[in-house]
Amino acid sequence: MEIATPPAAASLAPRSAAQAMVPPSRFGDKAFEWLTLAMAMAVVLLVILIGWQLWRGSSLAVQKFGFHFLTTSTWDPVTEQFGALPFIYGTLVSSFIALLIAVPLSVATAVYLTELAPLWIRQPIVSLIEMLAAIPSVILGLWGIFVMIPWLRDYPFPLLKRFFGWTPFFSGPIYGTSMLAGGIIIAIMILPIITSVSREILRSVPNLQREAAYALGATRWEVTRIAVLSYARKGLFGAVILGLGRALGETMAVTMVIGNTPQIAASLFKPGYTLASVIANEFTEATTDIYLQALFEIGLVLFGVTILVNLIAQLLLKTLTTTSTTRAVQ
Amino acid sequence: MKPLKFRRKTLALVLLAGMSATASAQMMINGAGATFPYPIYSKWFDEYAKVDPSVRFNYQSIGSGGGQKQILAQTVDFGASDGPMSDENLAKAPGKLLHIPTVAGADVVAYNRPGNPALKFDADTIAGIFLGQIKKWNDPKITTLNPGVSLPDQEIVVVHRSDGSGTTYIWTDYLSKISPEWKSKVGTNTSVNWPTGIGGKGNEGVAGQIKQTPGALGYVELIYAVQNKMPYAEVKNAAGEFVKPNIQSVTAALATADIPEDFRFSITNAPGKDAYPICGATWLLVYEQQKDATKGKKLVEFLKWAVKDGEKMARDLQYAPLPENLQERVLKRIHEIKI
Repeated sequence: MEIATPPAAASLAPRSAAQAMVPPSRFGDKAFEWLTLAMAMAVVLLVILIGWQLWRGSSLAVQKFGFHFLTTSTWDPVTEQFGALPFIYGTLVSSFIALLIAVPLSVATAVYLTELAPLWIRQPIVSLIEMLAAIPSVILGLWGIFVMIPWLRDYPFPLLKRFFGWTPFFSGPIYGTSMLAGGIIIAIMILPIITSVSREILRSVPNLQREAAYALGATRWEVTRIAVLSYARKGLFGAVILGLGRALGETMAVTMVIGNTPQIAASLFKPGYTLASVIANEFTEATTDIYLQALFEIGLVLFGVTILVNLIAQLLLKTLTTTSTTRAVQ
Repeated sequence: MKPLKFRRKTLALVLLAGMSATASAQMMINGAGATFPYPIYSKWFDEYAKVDPSVRFNYQSIGSGGGQKQILAQTVDFGASDGPMSDENLAKAPGKLLHIPTVAGADVVAYNRPGNPALKFDADTIAGIFLGQIKKWNDPKITTLNPGVSLPDQEIVVVHRSDGSGTTYIWTDYLSKISPEWKSKVGTNTSVNWPTGIGGKGNEGVAGQIKQTPGALGYVELIYAVQNKMPYAEVKNAAGEFVKPNIQSVTAALATADIPEDFRFSITNAPGKDAYPICGATWLLVYEQQKDATKGKKLVEFLKWAVKDGEKMARDLQYAPLPENLQERVLKRIHEIKI
């Protein structure tokens, strides 16, 4: 498109008189507008269709279990008693652990890459991080079982237990496969996306910001904190939300290391279970209608949880940005 | 399970399928279902192409649940399942569905103990461990069965399958037969509400957990334990003998188990002296009344070939073939398919 512009601009001058009389056709603009609108609507429609399909697929289970589905903890395909609470808990907790680990790491990496790193080292690191994103989930899961879990079990977990064993979060026996291991593997998986997006956002911070801060005598740390991070806060938050969306839906790798036990336990050393994992585990062999419908309803719940978490995040972002602007005005 | 060999074969199948699309004379027979017998089925389809080049098979290993669903909806020409269909599901079928048993496999008790000692278990002990009542390796129930093996005061980490599977169906079917408590508390299914233990996804997931966790004990398919050189236990059968799981002891279970006319049988805890108690068969599901005469004829020819000649290939792939008495009964049933 840009290549086509110069000749058009060149031919504009001699015809300018005729153009003044005949208004230029807006057809192209309109068509473009409609086309992009259709594309945008297709995405919205897709989300609505997925929601509707999940709702339709789970109607029997929704009727049978009602609200109890969300508040009970028994998952028994034999007696056909289904409750999703441990899975909801597992999804939220493992994602939260993942964010707790991945956000500081990613943002720090992005800051280093845009603000501090010597130019020659930037591209290799970026490539490496992007390679991490390209590792298939199931490979990461197997690596989790054979490498990460034995290591976690032998070194970091006993240390955590020694220093924080008095809290309920790090008590009890250590098997390796656990909620914490699930959170850690998700953290590894969402690191690349949060880092890449954060890096782009930090790169888009105008240099004037930095120069102004330096001019006021700020140190490097102050420049980064005040001029860069604070300016990019909204965008960084968006990067975290993108990562969270990934975390909630992560399936294969988590399934391999989380232990797949539907229970709600305070200790992060105990095995857990997530919404996405139970679908992946049980969907292929579910033979009875109500069992299949309950799995569909798990999908519906995951859909709902994702939307809800995103909404809360948006609200949080709004309050965050309004308070910061009022502070700025004051 | 045998990735390399296997992939080449699948690739060949895909290529052949692609070629068959251009050669319109070839007939495509579609099937879907169980993953456990997939290696032998794909070998059969491959070999059968040499016997009758005019048919091609398209088999999707989507799981037993999917196989039952698709044959009920008549979207495939045959289904495949690791467990017999329930009465409830059979009632949904638009015509009479036949169960054709093909091969059998076993679940073995695999464990992680230093030095890989040979261990023995009986029904009570296995049920106790999986109900969470036997918690330590030095429990008297285990030590009396294994004199001379040093078993410490260490926790048993129980590992089970987290995904729905025929392997779990066989395992829980066995436990339900030998333990009334298991039957009432947990029951039989492709996945259950486990009283204890951690879940691993797939045979590879369970095997991985057992290998990596000191003191772990779980169940995997026989083929998987053999290929991965994992130690596995002898189990006391219904006749009171300790039997090592292998192809012979599984076929022995098939030979001595009580098999009803509709072939919806279970061979766990079979009475024979040489029978390994924790094993199960896998089935093909076909309609007794075939809708498409030419396709039906080709399908019946294939089924006959599979039972007569295909069974001979089972051993190489670590499946137990049907014993002769059962082969004859199955052949008779195949003859009853109406075209």
